[in-house]
Amino acid sequence: MSTPLLEVVDLRTVFHTTRGDVRAVDGVSFSLMAGETLGLVGESGSGKSVLGRSVMGLITNGATTTVSGQVLLEGTDVHALKPSARRKLWGPAVAMVFQDPMTSLNPVKRVGTHLTETLRRHLRCSRSEATERAVDLLRQVGIPEPARRLAQYPHELSGGMRQRVVIATALACDPRLLIADEPTTALDVTVQKQILDLLGSLVAERNMAMLLVSHDLGAVAGRTDRVQVMYAGRTVESGETRPVFAAPEHPYTEALLASIPQLSHPPHTVLRAIEGNPPDMARPPAGCRFAPRCGRVGEDCTDVLPMLSVVLGPSQREGRREVACHHPVLTDPVLTEELGHGR
Amino acid sequence: MAGSGTAHLRPGLERSLVVDDLVVEFRVAAGTVHAVSGLNLDLVPGETLGILGESGCGKSSAGRAVMQLPPPTSGTVRLGDTDLTDLKPRAMRKARARMQLVLQDPVSALNPRRKVKDLVVEGLEIWGWGDRNRDTYVDELLTSVGLDPETVREKRPHELSGGQCQRVCIARSLALDPDVLICDEPVSSLDVSVQAQILNLLEQARERFGLSMVFIAHDVAVVKNISDRVLVMYLGKTCEVLPSAGLESAALHPYTRLLLASVPSEADADRAIDPARGGAETTELPSPLDPPSGCRFRTRCPLASELCAAQEPQLRELRPGQFVACHHPERAVEE
Amino acid sequence: MLAPEPVIVRRRDTRAVLLVTGLLLLAAGSALAVWASGTTVLVTLVRMLVLVAGILAAIAGLGRLARAARGKPVDVVFWLAMAWLVLILGAAALAPWLPLGNHDDSVAGLTAPIFAPPGGLGADHPLGTNNYGLDVLARAVFGARTSILVALLAVLIGTVVGGLVGMVSGFVRGTTDRVVGVLSNALLAVPPLILLIALGTVLDPSIRSIAFALSLLTIPSMVRLARANTITVAQREYVLAARALGANRMRLLLREVLPNVVLPVLSLAVVMISVLVVAEASLSFLGIGIEQPTPTWGNMIAEGQGGVMEENPFIVVVPGICLFLTVFSFNLLGERAQKRWDPRSAKL
Repeated sequence: MSTPLLEVVDLRTVFHTTRGDVRAVDGVSFSLMAGETLGLVGESGSGKSVLGRSVMGLITNGATTTVSGQVLLEGTDVHALKPSARRKLWGPAVAMVFQDPMTSLNPVKRVGTHLTETLRRHLRCSRSEATERAVDLLRQVGIPEPARRLAQYPHELSGGMRQRVVIATALACDPRLLIADEPTTALDVTVQKQILDLLGSLVAERNMAMLLVSHDLGAVAGRTDRVQVMYAGRTVESGETRPVFAAPEHPYTEALLASIPQLSHPPHTVLRAIEGNPPDMARPPAGCRFAPRCGRVGEDCTDVLPMLSVVLGPSQREGRREVACHHPVLTDPVLTEELGHGR
Repeated sequence: MAGSGTAHLRPGLERSLVVDDLVVEFRVAAGTVHAVSGLNLDLVPGETLGILGESGCGKSSAGRAVMQLPPPTSGTVRLGDTDLTDLKPRAMRKARARMQLVLQDPVSALNPRRKVKDLVVEGLEIWGWGDRNRDTYVDELLTSVGLDPETVREKRPHELSGGQCQRVCIARSLALDPDVLICDEPVSSLDVSVQAQILNLLEQARERFGLSMVFIAHDVAVVKNISDRVLVMYLGKTCEVLPSAGLESAALHPYTRLLLASVPSEADADRAIDPARGGAETTELPSPLDPPSGCRFRTRCPLASELCAAQEPQLRELRPGQFVACHHPERAVEE
Repeated sequence: MLAPEPVIVRRRDTRAVLLVTGLLLLAAGSALAVWASGTTVLVTLVRMLVLVAGILAAIAGLGRLARAARGKPVDVVFWLAMAWLVLILGAAALAPWLPLGNHDDSVAGLTAPIFAPPGGLGADHPLGTNNYGLDVLARAVFGARTSILVALLAVLIGTVVGGLVGMVSGFVRGTTDRVVGVLSNALLAVPPLILLIALGTVLDPSIRSIAFALSLLTIPSMVRLARANTITVAQREYVLAARALGANRMRLLLREVLPNVVLPVLSLAVVMISVLVVAEASLSFLGIGIEQPTPTWGNMIAEGQGGVMEENPFIVVVPGICLFLTVFSFNLLGERAQKRWDPRSAKL
């Protein structure tokens, strides 16, 4: 078995606030191979974005934040590095695409400047080489007339074009890992698909690993190899994308999928809504975080926090599946086995 | 697509809302924004009309112009038997209260300085209480939208979640017992699990209060779920009007089909994906300051011909109940 | 989602450490400050530096003690400033009933010593007397009465007039708005001191007319702030929702707009108080404000002119410190209020 490109072990990100400690990420582990795409899905407040930023090292230990656990990027613990060494990773090793392409580009800098600055800083190449490479990058992300675009300012481009520029900037130093944090949320429906297509083909071409953080289950369903479902800072289920979505084991995954209107359903289908609201992360419930809203809740759920365990039931046939639930949807609980990490 | 016409209107039926040739234009420094250019629609009692389109297609402007907030540049809006466009201010405010608006961002749609119990009955404070008892009516309204009066009555909007705020907004709209509810992207700022709660609630409210609804959104699946009929808009024009049942296979307009093809699904991974290199699909949305001649969709349409640039397509009934504004719908079927 | 308003919490300081270091800092700082204010060993400049260092150390010590007591960081400077405001406002309000010396009767002052040095607590003249033999402490307190009364009155006029005009013009827009814009810009274009001097020559130097003149300084910025906030609020969706319910303009203005505009306007008003205290002092210093023998901090400072200050520094130092502390405190309060209430920084 080859070494994973990224290995996250028991990551916890805690914000110290006036309301108390907010455990935004609360013991999450996963690993990612080169060429693989992992989807992190969850609703707002599930900790998926904080997780993405903690993996990147954008959120790290500080006066208001405590990050514990390990983020091993090619064997290096991102959070153990000095800030200057960490910054050197950004670009060649790991890069990030953010939700809003307008705010992630500097409005007073030309498109070309965004690209050539990064290129010249990391690759130490000449101005003309950098420009040449910038044109090439813009072409790779499907921007027509790339040479002309270099001289334009971000506000002169449409939202989709801007996001392509952001992606080109992220790719400038050939990162091995791309973290895409809700890359299509701010875009129009027809543009969303184009951007997802683009990301998918870039990952395949470059044998990059991608962490796709999204609340859009549909987007994750068709674009990822594996998926990790987050709820209230914890992983509730993980496994290969297709079987997880086809036969969810965790009641939350199941309920979430059932609550989305499907095109194939007739009009006026009553949706299976999840009642209630996600918990306040400064005061999470004892036991399973989902217990107050769960349809399969038992007595043990409100007392004992379920650990992520490998499912040995019917869904096992379709790749490794892990679920953190005392009463999984399909599998008899006796058939699960606790994992060696993730406490 | 993107044409005009009145073929889809149903003058023979009893209608709760009729919008005729609605035009909304804004003056800006760079010229005139053609937000809505000749929109026709009607609503029979108890019906839900979905308006589907991307940002900038004029769907929100249309919703607000129907409410006369602000009044449209031209066109008439008839609510029941009342023509809203030539009323005096007070009569207009009174008539308009029979139509209500539910907005996208529920938190900013509620005055942050007021309490839930005052927010939900704001309409009655303006128009009088009739024989209602204030306290029991507040509780009744809150209960009808699935909120526990004991816990939320004394709260202010920032103490509630987005979903709860949207429930308060819906309760406030229902308090005046309106005939028509206009929902402008009511679920797009909410979490997936909360979206379903609100969609179900709107559906229940429609049945219970005998409402007609206009549901404006960009999400095809959401619009299909709640609507009886769907009107697809592009750059201020109507592309297609069709029954929502079976919409995913029946749609004829190339733009409707593009929207349907853009819905992400598990099958995306299987499709051969060419990294968006050029192609008609990447063409940008034309500026509403200077919309294309003829069919407004032609700059992005794979079927566009010279005819599309020269002449604007009119809505034609191609199947029973399905109206398409396109010169080449048969080619869309062949594809 | 990122965590809301994080605060800095350092874990290594235990309560005992805080208590001990706090007490030490407070004691050492106060001792240093007392010594520096009394000593003659050092040159004046060095004395001043040592004094300031002592005061800062004492404040830091207080901060640590407060943190030990409350268990979380406390903004001691802010609370000290509030204590000063309570003290000075209380003293100013109650001045006629306080056992103070002679503050404006120069005939009676003939029998008192002139330029008596500060005698400290219990003496006849705790902060000394001036060249007419009037009691400096009494004058400082009565001076606070005039200075603060003038500033409050002016701010009240400015806030009510400016706030209303700004709100209406921001809500109505159109021609009204353009006219108000031109007028308030015109008022802003006149240098404030020149405007005041011009008004000072026309108006009689009473509290009422000075307050009126000063209020002209606040009106344009009030108009601007109220107008800008009204425009933002008027575009908010809850105003649209209220219109959809059938609310008329008056109701929109009073129920939806006003409650959301009044707080940012009030927080600017607090900052304005400190600006106007300084403005009033400048006018009185120049002799076109309140006239002697009625004391204000401005004309008290003016008494130090002509070599008096070199001989008897307390004549200037006492009103100077009062002015400094009051302006500083109002600024802190205003800054807090703006942070809390100005919609641009609050997440409404």
